[in-house]
Amino acid sequence: MKCQYCEKPATFHITELTEPSGPQVMHLCEEHARGFLQKDNASPAVSVAGALAKQLNLGQTKKELAELDQKECPVCGISFFEFRSTGRLGCPYDYTHFEADLEPLLINIHDSLEHCGKRPRRAAASADSQATMIQLRREMEEAIEREDYERASEIRDELRKIEDAGTRPVDSDKSDSSASASGDESK
Amino acid sequence: MKRNTDFSELARHSGEWLRGTGPESDIVISSRIRLARNLADFPFIRRCSDEDRISIERTVRARMEAIEGWQDIRYVDIEQLSEIDRQFLVERQLISREIADADGSRAVAIDPNEQYSVMINEEDHLRIQVMHSGLDLSSAWDRINALDDQLEGTILYAYSQKYGYLTACPTNVGSGLRVSVMLHLPALVITQQIEKVFRSMQRINVTVRGLYGEGSQYTGDFYQVSNQITLGHSETDLVALVGENVVPRIIEYERKARDFLVSQGEKDLHDDVSRALGILSTAKKISSEETMHYLSKVRMGVNLGLINDVAVGTINKLFIHTQPAHLQKLHGRLLGSSDRNVERATYLQRHLAGPVGNGELN
Ligand SMILES: [Zn+2]
Ligand SMILES: [Zn+2]
Repeated sequence: MKCQYCEKPATFHITELTEPSGPQVMHLCEEHARGFLQKDNASPAVSVAGALAKQLNLGQTKKELAELDQKECPVCGISFFEFRSTGRLGCPYDYTHFEADLEPLLINIHDSLEHCGKRPRRAAASADSQATMIQLRREMEEAIEREDYERASEIRDELRKIEDAGTRPVDSDKSDSSASASGDESK
Repeated sequence: MKRNTDFSELARHSGEWLRGTGPESDIVISSRIRLARNLADFPFIRRCSDEDRISIERTVRARMEAIEGWQDIRYVDIEQLSEIDRQFLVERQLISREIADADGSRAVAIDPNEQYSVMINEEDHLRIQVMHSGLDLSSAWDRINALDDQLEGTILYAYSQKYGYLTACPTNVGSGLRVSVMLHLPALVITQQIEKVFRSMQRINVTVRGLYGEGSQYTGDFYQVSNQITLGHSETDLVALVGENVVPRIIEYERKARDFLVSQGEKDLHDDVSRALGILSTAKKISSEETMHYLSKVRMGVNLGLINDVAVGTINKLFIHTQPAHLQKLHGRLLGSSDRNVERATYLQRHLAGPVGNGELN
């Protein structure tokens, strides 16, 4: 039997007693088993892969999954394959770009699709504005690299504008964010 | 904040969460809550360039420095630390193994009382954690909520109206909150009921893990109970699930098992825990695993009133201070594994031999 996360033979068969759906058996190579057992919480790759495996059982065919694996996020460039083999997403925009594919996964993991807890007093307005900010930041880094400081500072101003416009009003001082934003990178 | 990487003072003392007090502290070692947060204008760590990580670390540090009341916080650049110092912070539970082993720019801000720390560039850009002694989740939640408010007053978080706080792993999305209670359950282990107890909890959405397990073996009879889901329930609901629903039941089972052990043969039990104390306080060399094993017995003996001259806080501290990096920090130089076994025995003797030597155990 092969390891659930790589091509190596599975030498560890671990039963998790506390899965909501009942005991869950995992087949892992030594390396993945060690990683799994050493973490104080189930490693993300393991729980994500577990949930994805369930999803596959629930109707998604191997062919469909292979197609899905090719899909890439336009902001950070992560492929769905990379996500499911590491358990980690590449950027906040992935929740929008892969939304249809992530929803069944979120249902499997959390049994829910809606956050109903704390809300930040400041938060970027939309997924699009967050994506734009990440892209601008990358452009800024590139500008700095080619020593185009004029362009870099233009982008910095633009970023600050989005940050200010995108956020819902804060109850305390607004000057703080722009003041520290200008100082951060130059230090 | 103060940049400070001299841990010698820290090594001599122990964190507030180890003091062995607080509700149910005979069974509950500590209550920990962590929040995962990400900046809105950067990719998640996995897709960050080296420059991104540097920029995140600088941005967050600059903004933390501006927060009122953070003057006494120690700020540690993890990338600059020696392997032994990283290991020391892991043993201390101030940073995760993951951030210790990672590459690139990363840091941790540590409260002088060791009740909270904020990791920068872990799996998420920010991991805020609060640790209290005993079963004390609601005050831990109040504290971490206030810290989060302070940070979000100056940092723009990645957040979605629908999914809540966006995290690198979908297992943390929503509240980003993980509640972990560390329990000492020796009687459930001895009576072989531990699996049965955990199996009865399998439908309550909690994860149970052995602590400090080097491999598949649980050591020291410590178990950590955490919430599994983070989306769709409020933070206070998740705190209540673990702190009011699950942990009190496990505590009750452990108490019953301890009573059972006492009723079955107090003399045998007394003999067993006294021998454990005897070995710990007289051995000339002792491994980490053996130390854990006997300390666990002694801890139970203290809590059952079978051993009277050792404080629970002392035992808690010994669990941490006899680990490899701590021993080496305390000793002041690197030690090989067999030298560590000698140093560990010496350290144990220094802290335990007094009462035994006085014959007060008889
Ligand atoms: Zn593997
Ligand atoms: Zn992305």
